[in-house]
Amino acid sequence: MDFSFTEEQSMLRDMVQRFVRENYDLDARRKIVESEEGMSRDHWNTFAELGLLAAPFPEEYDGMGGSQIDTMVIMEELGRGLVVEPYFQTVVLGGGFIREGGSEDQKKALIPGIISGEDIYAVGFAEPQSRFNLFDITTKAEKSGDGYTLNGYKAVVLGGPWANKLIITARTSGGQSDADGISVFIVDKSANGVSTRDYPTIDGLRASEVTLENVAVGADALIGEEGKGGPLLEKVVDQGIAALCAEACGAMKVLNDTTVEYCKTREQFGQPIGKFQVLQHRMVDMFMEYEQSISMTYMVNLKLDESDAERKKAASAAKVQIGKSGKMIGQSAVQLHGGMGMTDELNVGHYFKRLTMIDTLFGNVDHHLRRYTNVDRAAA
Amino acid sequence: MDLAFSPEDEAFRQEVREFIAAEWTDDLAERQKRSKTHHLGKEATIAWQQKLAKKGWMGINWPKEYGGPGFTQVQKYIFDFELNAAGVPLGENMGTIMCAPVIMAFGTDEQKKEHLPKTRAGERWWCQGYSEPGSGSDLASLSLKAEDKGDHYLLNGSKTWTTFAQYADWMFLLARTDNSGKKQEGISFLLLDMKTPGITIDPIYTIDLPAIGHQEVNQCFFEDVKVPKENLVGKENDGWTCAKYLLQFERGNAYAPRLTRVIEHIKEMAKKERSDTGTRLIDDEDFARQIADCERELMAIDFNERRVFAALSTGGAVGANSSMLKLRGTEVGQRLELLATEAVGYYVMPFERDTDASLDGLTNQPPIGPDYAASLAPIYFNHRKTTIYAGSSEVQRNIMSKAILGL
Repeated sequence: MDFSFTEEQSMLRDMVQRFVRENYDLDARRKIVESEEGMSRDHWNTFAELGLLAAPFPEEYDGMGGSQIDTMVIMEELGRGLVVEPYFQTVVLGGGFIREGGSEDQKKALIPGIISGEDIYAVGFAEPQSRFNLFDITTKAEKSGDGYTLNGYKAVVLGGPWANKLIITARTSGGQSDADGISVFIVDKSANGVSTRDYPTIDGLRASEVTLENVAVGADALIGEEGKGGPLLEKVVDQGIAALCAEACGAMKVLNDTTVEYCKTREQFGQPIGKFQVLQHRMVDMFMEYEQSISMTYMVNLKLDESDAERKKAASAAKVQIGKSGKMIGQSAVQLHGGMGMTDELNVGHYFKRLTMIDTLFGNVDHHLRRYTNVDRAAA
Repeated sequence: MDLAFSPEDEAFRQEVREFIAAEWTDDLAERQKRSKTHHLGKEATIAWQQKLAKKGWMGINWPKEYGGPGFTQVQKYIFDFELNAAGVPLGENMGTIMCAPVIMAFGTDEQKKEHLPKTRAGERWWCQGYSEPGSGSDLASLSLKAEDKGDHYLLNGSKTWTTFAQYADWMFLLARTDNSGKKQEGISFLLLDMKTPGITIDPIYTIDLPAIGHQEVNQCFFEDVKVPKENLVGKENDGWTCAKYLLQFERGNAYAPRLTRVIEHIKEMAKKERSDTGTRLIDDEDFARQIADCERELMAIDFNERRVFAALSTGGAVGANSSMLKLRGTEVGQRLELLATEAVGYYVMPFERDTDASLDGLTNQPPIGPDYAASLAPIYFNHRKTTIYAGSSEVQRNIMSKAILGL
């Protein structure tokens, strides 16, 4: 039993930390978020140069052969920096679909584009009616000739405006919420029939509503087997949850440190407010929430390769933890900063907003408690 | 990062399991089960300790030089884990876990020779004289007077919350030998033979109402009790050093193994119990959701503990993290034990107080309601103590605020 990091992992952490320190203070981030594109292509190229975009891919595809733990380390540091560039969408999710479900040809064709920084991915899995049910899909893919024709609508596709490649879940058979009959496609955003409405999100990212109207794709656009995309989707999303937990931990750590620091310096009633026991105990609770989140993040990242049932339970339990802790820490950080916590000027509110959206992404606390019990029930 | 233990550690785990399977006999298990709060009682505890001692496993923290097992940090974790997972007690731990390390660190050779072998053999039962009626969380304010009478001290005053004083052969205690300086100064650490004249033990019956004579805690009164000077541990007026040294052994064990057993028990009960709509209780959405959330909390505790104990074996210290482990372990434990009471509906209510006869298995009454129901409420009420003793949750938060957050 060992929870230490390898030397390579520590170097990776240092590298991302240095990038964040040198490029990503709150003002710099604000400039990026408020720019026309809403992300920095220069930073994206830096990610490619640093090898971050190659981290989780096998060496035979020119990747670094890193493990889920490497991804965890990177995501934690990106979370600390509140980095908006679509590492998560492209490398973790897009790359995850290709690595877990792609054919040999697809891996050879697509992974290099991610590693070089050329391709940016966004994943369309949600629909207006689906809420958090990954299998509730009305977008249809019909066989036509060698390929497929896609019709449908995808909601809140994060990173959509930046992407040139879309991963789209669609139904090739079955009823609207069936686990069977789901297929996963990779679609060029520039393809005929793809249209988007782009907008900012409350946590500083960009997203798109994506309409697919008679979009023709070849047979090579199908990732994995036709109609068997459900398990692939769940697996990649669970890996995504594990990475997202790490991002959340990074954000929580900043909020906790900032809050303790603030309470040591802010004086009221003739003393630093950190001398008040009621605030001290709240900060201790914030600390414990963070420590438990870290523990659960290690747990899920170490259990991703276990059986499907174990993996699902690990991911859902971790997501519940992150949802609860993120809420508690975010709300408390604002509260303890008082009026200052309400200002856009301070970083506190920005982290709070990100943590709140992380709770929503892939399903909130209620959703994952339900999923956890359903896994148990299916096993009983 | 790696969740696996080494083959040597897995072999050790196997050895512990085999030992428990062979030595934790049905007699002992039955005796434990008959007590609503799962106490073994004095005789059975001693019998069990002697088995541990024979195996060389009494005193989980004891180094080899004092006849202890000399466990590595990982072995300690595994040993503690397996015993708790099987619902098997470590034995009376005031002596082996708390007092003995103080004697090893601060005691004279004579004290070591007198106390350590008997304690390790499971033959000397210790109780702890720390809290007083006027000194709870603020331990250093204690006032039990130990007057210097040349070759002995004269004790006058009282100690309270003394766990199993009625079973104890010896007490280790903190007494005031000087009143002139700061309250932490002027305290001395003494060892007291409980047969000494002038000691009165008054039982305190807690809200779970244990059997008469088997109370967990007592108030002890001392009236001109003579303590020979050779029973002073460490320097006179420097007992606070010993007290603080001891407290680090009081906190910092793993909670997850026991709590895992509790949650498994709840699930077993919920498979037999019915919900309002007639389904199995475990299939009731709300109840299942509560179990899931408890399991999530438990996973977090488990991995917290693994992180802390894994760090120990690479030279880290538990330090103030033990406060976090205690806080989380006890608070989640209380949540679970409440959920357990909710599993049985009305059958949480019947309460037939334990007696010597019932504890010895001499009564032959069938249980009222399901056989797992009778102990649920007593345990729930009894375990409210866990967030109060050994530094209340509020004191733990104070410690962490200072030691970890620097506030």
